[in-house]
Amino acid sequence: MALDRSDVEKIAHLARLAVSPAACDRYALDLTNILDLVARMDAVDTTGVEPMAHPLHMTQRLRPDRPTEPDQRERFQAIAPQTEAGLYLVPKVIE
Amino acid sequence: MHDKTMTELAAGLAARTFSSRELTRHYLERIARHNPSLNAFITVAAESALAAAAQADQALAAGTGGPLTGIPIAHKDIFCTAGLRTSCGSRMLDTFIAPYDATVVERLAAAGAVVLGKTNMDEFAMGSSNETSWYGPVKNPWDQTRVPGGSSGGSAAAVAARLCAAATGTDTGGSIRQPAALCGITGIKPTYGRCSRWGMIAFASSLDQAGPMARTASDAALLLQAMAGFDPRDSTSMDTPVPDYVAGLDADLTGLRIGLPKEYFGAGLDERIGAGIQAALREYERLGATVVEISLPNSALSVPVYYVVAPAECSSNLARFDGVRYGHRCEDPKDLEDLYKRSRAEGFGAEVQRRIMIGTYVLSAGYYDAYYLKAQKGRHLIADDFRRAFGQVDVIMGPTSPTTAFPIGAKMDDPVAMYLNDIYTIAANLAGLPGISIPVAPVDGMPVGLQIIGNYFDEGRLLNVAHRLQRETEWHLGVPQAFE
Repeated sequence: MALDRSDVEKIAHLARLAVSPAACDRYALDLTNILDLVARMDAVDTTGVEPMAHPLHMTQRLRPDRPTEPDQRERFQAIAPQTEAGLYLVPKVIE
Repeated sequence: MHDKTMTELAAGLAARTFSSRELTRHYLERIARHNPSLNAFITVAAESALAAAAQADQALAAGTGGPLTGIPIAHKDIFCTAGLRTSCGSRMLDTFIAPYDATVVERLAAAGAVVLGKTNMDEFAMGSSNETSWYGPVKNPWDQTRVPGGSSGGSAAAVAARLCAAATGTDTGGSIRQPAALCGITGIKPTYGRCSRWGMIAFASSLDQAGPMARTASDAALLLQAMAGFDPRDSTSMDTPVPDYVAGLDADLTGLRIGLPKEYFGAGLDERIGAGIQAALREYERLGATVVEISLPNSALSVPVYYVVAPAECSSNLARFDGVRYGHRCEDPKDLEDLYKRSRAEGFGAEVQRRIMIGTYVLSAGYYDAYYLKAQKGRHLIADDFRRAFGQVDVIMGPTSPTTAFPIGAKMDDPVAMYLNDIYTIAANLAGLPGISIPVAPVDGMPVGLQIIGNYFDEGRLLNVAHRLQRETEWHLGVPQAFE
């Protein structure tokens, strides 16, 4: 599976990564090589095999629906790039 | 003092031959002297280490100390430590100070261990050479022109160079075992779910597991005893009793059945490494074990399957780094999309971006069945190979890594060549099985690791099997010359 520059631009957009045009060419080559490595799994027939999502086939443990976390907003926001009045700030999204 | 194992240090502390403060100061001096060249530590926490040591000395004087009380260790910089920077080897988290301790950190602190600092690592644990760290490569103490392995390369180098008594690591595809092998130390990746992942920055959540990196199997047993156990805060933590690992170390090996997968001794393995493994096997036969050839027919699937599953989970986990709540934020974003895209592109290095993009691609509409679902089926076949093998044998042995440590820079331009370093370690992660790497005979002065893979929750047996070899041989006692 060979990827070209426009494939990388599309993937980078989906992944929210600003990739420069020069870097796109390099990534196209690297990602193609990695997908060639991955394609080796096609040599094995997996018809009828169950997909394995968890090493020990464990199902999600449930707990009572009660709050377990105390309010730590101030501590968590102390490490945020920009906050105001208890809110996280981002560039204006509505004109 | 740094030539002593943890067991010997604990005896010295208990007998008051030296105090934890003296011991901690000694290690801090060694770090100050050697870290500028090795680059094994990202952050050194001298002040809090000495405060913890003073507390440990009080506990020891009061007779309330345990086997880890006052022992100076280091944490891989992937474990959150309240008040002490946790960078995960990334510019993204260069100024990140976690508001809480990881469970593993909390447990080792409760056991009285003293934290000297945080060790260098491949960025977000993605790498096999420690060269993808934002803080620069770590040098291998045995030859400083070579890599220490990765991603827990800082922990491996620090233990090998005697800059700490032991360290924590994490292993997603070999990140404890491979650097342990390349630096000549003992490192164990427990069963998936044995140690809590809470507060351990996630790379691939169905594969990540924490474990100890130490000088000997008996030291690793002491650490794992404190690290392992159920944690309700980690939804994948297993509620299975933790046995007494130390008590089982000396168990007799008569009748132990060792399986040698023929697929692990084929082309690509340095034959001098193969000879070292064979020499260790002869020791095991002397100890009463029997060796049989087995087959893990789907071994060749491991690396391809891993490079779908791990990047897929990575792309999802690393979506949280958005420049909004914590971590790096770009200057003057013009809108929200620009904020996300530039913060992430500036904060993540090339390898992390490659893996995020591979993961995004294989999970995208139209490709999911061909890649992710196919890989999950392949993963099942790999786990079934092991299930059949453990019907025949008690442990599986083979090399940890196909080569010894390679020169810094040798594989950085070829991601696929780098990925193939983990050809023998990845399968245990995909199956969720425990594995340990211990030193055997070096090749050209560079360390070589023997990997022992066990059945689910059989860490006790792995430590026992490793310890018995270390009782009979001296391969694990080698010290890199400049650090004796």
